[in-house]
Amino acid sequence: MITGFLIFWPLLAAFLLLLFKGETVKKAALAFSLIELGVTLAAWFQYNHNPKSDNLNLYFPWIQSLNISFDVNMDGISTLLVFLTSLLVPFIILSSFSKSYKNPQAFYMLILLMQMALVGVFVAMDGFLFYIFWELALLPIYFICLLWGGEGRAKITFKFFIYTLFGSLFMLAALIFLYLHTPGQHSFDIKALTAAGAALPAKAQAVFFWCMFLAFAIKMPVFPFHTWQPDTYVNAPTQGTMLLSGIMLKMGTYGLLRWMLPVVPQALHDWGYVAILLSVISVIYGSMVAIDQKDFKRLIAYSSIAHVGLIAAGIIAFNVQGVQGGIVQMISHGINVVGLFFICDIIASRTGTTEISKLGGIRNVAPVFALLSLIVVLGSVALPLTNGFVGEFLLINGIFQAHAAFAVFAGLTIILGAVYMLRSYQKVMLGEVNSLTQNFTDLTMNEKAVLVPIVLLIIFFGVYPKPLLDLAANDVANLVLKYNIGLIK
Amino acid sequence: MNKTVVDFVWLIPLFPLLGYLITGLLNRKLSKNLAGLVACSALAASFIVALLIFLEENHTRASHTVVLFDWISSGNFHANFSFLVDPLSSIFLMIITGVGFLIHVYSTGYMKDDDGFRRFFSYLNLFIFFMLLLVLGDNYLIMFVGWEGVGLCSYLLIGFWFKNQAYNDAARKAFIMNRIGDLGFLLGIILIFSTFGSITFSEVFKQASGFGSNNTIIVGITLLLFVGAMGKSAQIPLYTWLPDAMAGPTPVSALIHAATMVTAGIYMIARSNVLYSLAPISMEVVAVIGLITALFAASIGIFQNDIKKVLAYSTVSQLGYMFLGLGVGAYTGAVFHVATHAFFKALLFLGSGSVIHAMSGEQDIRRMGGLKKYLPITHATFLIGTIAISGLPPLAGFFSKDEILAHAFGHNKFFWILGIVGSLMTCFYMFRLYYLTFHGKFRGTHDQEHHLHESPNSMTIPLIILAGLAIVGGFMGIPDVFMKDSHWLSHFLSPVVGPSYSGLSESQELTLMMISVALLIIVILATRNIFVTRGAIPAEEDVEISPIKKVVYNKYYVDEIYAATITKPLNWLSHQFNHIVESKLIDGIVNGIGTTVNKASNALRYVQTGHIGFYLFAMVLSIVLMLFVKFF
Repeated sequence: MITGFLIFWPLLAAFLLLLFKGETVKKAALAFSLIELGVTLAAWFQYNHNPKSDNLNLYFPWIQSLNISFDVNMDGISTLLVFLTSLLVPFIILSSFSKSYKNPQAFYMLILLMQMALVGVFVAMDGFLFYIFWELALLPIYFICLLWGGEGRAKITFKFFIYTLFGSLFMLAALIFLYLHTPGQHSFDIKALTAAGAALPAKAQAVFFWCMFLAFAIKMPVFPFHTWQPDTYVNAPTQGTMLLSGIMLKMGTYGLLRWMLPVVPQALHDWGYVAILLSVISVIYGSMVAIDQKDFKRLIAYSSIAHVGLIAAGIIAFNVQGVQGGIVQMISHGINVVGLFFICDIIASRTGTTEISKLGGIRNVAPVFALLSLIVVLGSVALPLTNGFVGEFLLINGIFQAHAAFAVFAGLTIILGAVYMLRSYQKVMLGEVNSLTQNFTDLTMNEKAVLVPIVLLIIFFGVYPKPLLDLAANDVANLVLKYNIGLIK
Repeated sequence: MNKTVVDFVWLIPLFPLLGYLITGLLNRKLSKNLAGLVACSALAASFIVALLIFLEENHTRASHTVVLFDWISSGNFHANFSFLVDPLSSIFLMIITGVGFLIHVYSTGYMKDDDGFRRFFSYLNLFIFFMLLLVLGDNYLIMFVGWEGVGLCSYLLIGFWFKNQAYNDAARKAFIMNRIGDLGFLLGIILIFSTFGSITFSEVFKQASGFGSNNTIIVGITLLLFVGAMGKSAQIPLYTWLPDAMAGPTPVSALIHAATMVTAGIYMIARSNVLYSLAPISMEVVAVIGLITALFAASIGIFQNDIKKVLAYSTVSQLGYMFLGLGVGAYTGAVFHVATHAFFKALLFLGSGSVIHAMSGEQDIRRMGGLKKYLPITHATFLIGTIAISGLPPLAGFFSKDEILAHAFGHNKFFWILGIVGSLMTCFYMFRLYYLTFHGKFRGTHDQEHHLHESPNSMTIPLIILAGLAIVGGFMGIPDVFMKDSHWLSHFLSPVVGPSYSGLSESQELTLMMISVALLIIVILATRNIFVTRGAIPAEEDVEISPIKKVVYNKYYVDEIYAATITKPLNWLSHQFNHIVESKLIDGIVNGIGTTVNKASNALRYVQTGHIGFYLFAMVLSIVLMLFVKFF
């Protein structure tokens, strides 16, 4: 029941927004998203209490002729990703409070619809339903980028749309291929698909593996399928960028973990190293290109490619530390990247630019902003006792156990991340003020209401990551165990 | 079970953490005096607890683990947030809180007129917190937390005057160079975990004894850990950040870049002595790198004219001696030198701070001279520090350095000879510094001369206490040749690092000592002759100097070499990636495909026009329809 509520409440809330006018639309949207967060926490509580509770799943037959059902369930992994979604959406809405977008009703409706689709992706246990939610998630963000984006948005958004759509067609084909290999009446049920996948010959598994990987690699994105991302992130309205980078890219990493790797163990064994290699290249390539960026927002976009590459590599390594590190880092990266893009937004709205060389000295005039930004930056460079460290350490550890040499290269993120983040922090925040930054005002109450909780979360999960680690521990252990047993057979 | 004071060890890092939060969060709501008081009291409180624990440890020499909470657990990986109290950590606790407290007190005077007074103390407290975590952790990951945490504080404090971008560059350089080392450390930790299935010291060391000598994995682990130590403790090739780190306020140089943080690498290797003893290859590497660094940095120190830069290179060089000690198995000697070095180098840095304070910010010793009569206390204490670092008996440096050199002799006589050469260079540049600063005629401006004054009590009292420690500090480790069984430190540390034998006979040891002392006295007399009797003053920048001297004066151009071989290629590569691979190659292909397809079908373009309302309506309708399709 709870799971059903978590999917349909944002849909209902989107309609309820029609009842509000003007400034109250934002507040109503925030209130609705907070309700979703509260119910998510209740679901978490329920899961801790009884992981098998009926409250956490919802099932009814949907298209019976094809044996497709509306089957959703929250296990530990799903609960964490739903938590990520429900946690970030209120911040994303709150971060827009100082803005007045045209057509606010439509804007916030789209955000809530997006939330519905994202939650759906993370809880769907039927392959067809997963695909439907996957594509549904693309529509609201497409319109958000298209209608509220910056200069040249039409072309950029179109490229983003077509590129991701192209990827997901491969996913659909792969899922149908697998569906046709399920015995008897055929089924999209995840258990049936997993059983069918494991029974496929190695070559067929490899085909499935690479079709799915293409879809997920585009979504995350991983080198060399990433070129839609920087333009889209820079061009989208800040809230759109936050949705894309904070939550939507986790559809890709989640997809790897749920719908691809456990389904075709033989292909994972045969081809995993190539996929890890691409992900590790992403880490280094994203970081290297970030170093050369002149624009702060674009720099963060590339840093996100590096970070997500590390997450993907750890998950594909498919051992307990790698996968758990990946899950924790999905949460941490979401929190941190929303913080970073908000920092960009604050700078842009005060100075009219995010070009690094034009800024400087902000710390002199806005010390609170500079301090909070520093903590977000430190979380992003994975300093111990920030959330970023827990994930990155486990990820590198997991990659090391699978392929030690890759871990050395993936570990370069520790150095390169510090290079580009500290350099840009120095150029933007430190030094003397200039004509653009001399009147930079420190944070408003609304802005503090976003950044302070983000900073507290960064430190809290850095010092005490146990709730995140424990929640998915059993599911991850089972997945890895099944994979290893399967290989022995 | 009865609780002892050891169970309250968590109080030691807690006090500075609270101090940090109070001074950091309240900031301008606190008066400067109150902020200083909070920060100093936090250290005083930590010192008292540390002292009680130290007395207890002196009595029992036992090792206790105090578990706080489960930090990171994933599968079979476990890292507790827990502390280890044993003789080794307790002696570091004493150094950190004791010297730290004195430097905090000194800073209340030194930073009095600085706008960032409160921020300064909050960073200082935070630094102490992380430094304590570093030495208290009972596993490698907590050590790593402290390790990176002190790096962060070092970054914040080097760039303390953040309006100056040159200082910010120095701060960033320190952080990034440290991170290069940290990656080695981190991979070392991961290799430890994959080898032993644990990262807890006791468990790792217990299992390690099952491995043979020079086992590849143990050599790998120890070398990776040493990469971390090279970064943090400024050894070749990762040392260039430390001289630049002098951009921070002088008390920071004393505390972080001399007495405590930079000795973390020595602590790490001493802590891992079980692993290193199993890997003679790694120990040889440690000894050789340490020795080369000691000589190299000392030679640079000879020609430096900035009072703090001389001390900075001297620190790099002294750290090299400590690594030499570790590499030849003198674990006790290395820790001993950490302690005495903390005393005399903190003293020298604080003394230089007092000089800089009196000289209104001037740091060039060519503009000083004759300060003896203006700054009597600073002068006397600085002289004590100079004698102590030079290694003349009976001051602190003599005993610790002698112990390291005696072990070096036992290991390889050639190491001893080079060690002596380095110590003579040390003696030369330190007395050069001392004479140029305090003797001769004053060479500064008239204005500066007018302002010359001894520093306030808050600064001179710490100097006097440190001078006292620099005099008597060596008595914690009196060698057997002077008095049987009076090497307290060796006795104290033996449960952790084992007994300490140099393998030398007493007569050999005595001869070596006499040779080294005789040579030192000759060097001092020569230095005095050059800089006092003949009154030589180092050349100005624009004067032509011999090519060799020029190379050394320019620090062997190592910074320039790094810029040309690492920084520039990295930036070039990054630029090529961004402008060619990214936009031309990859995106070119993608766009090429896109254009081709686009030409083929223009139909899709309709999605780019129309009204939002229609889109929304269509979308929601289709969602609803799809979800309820089963009813049709």
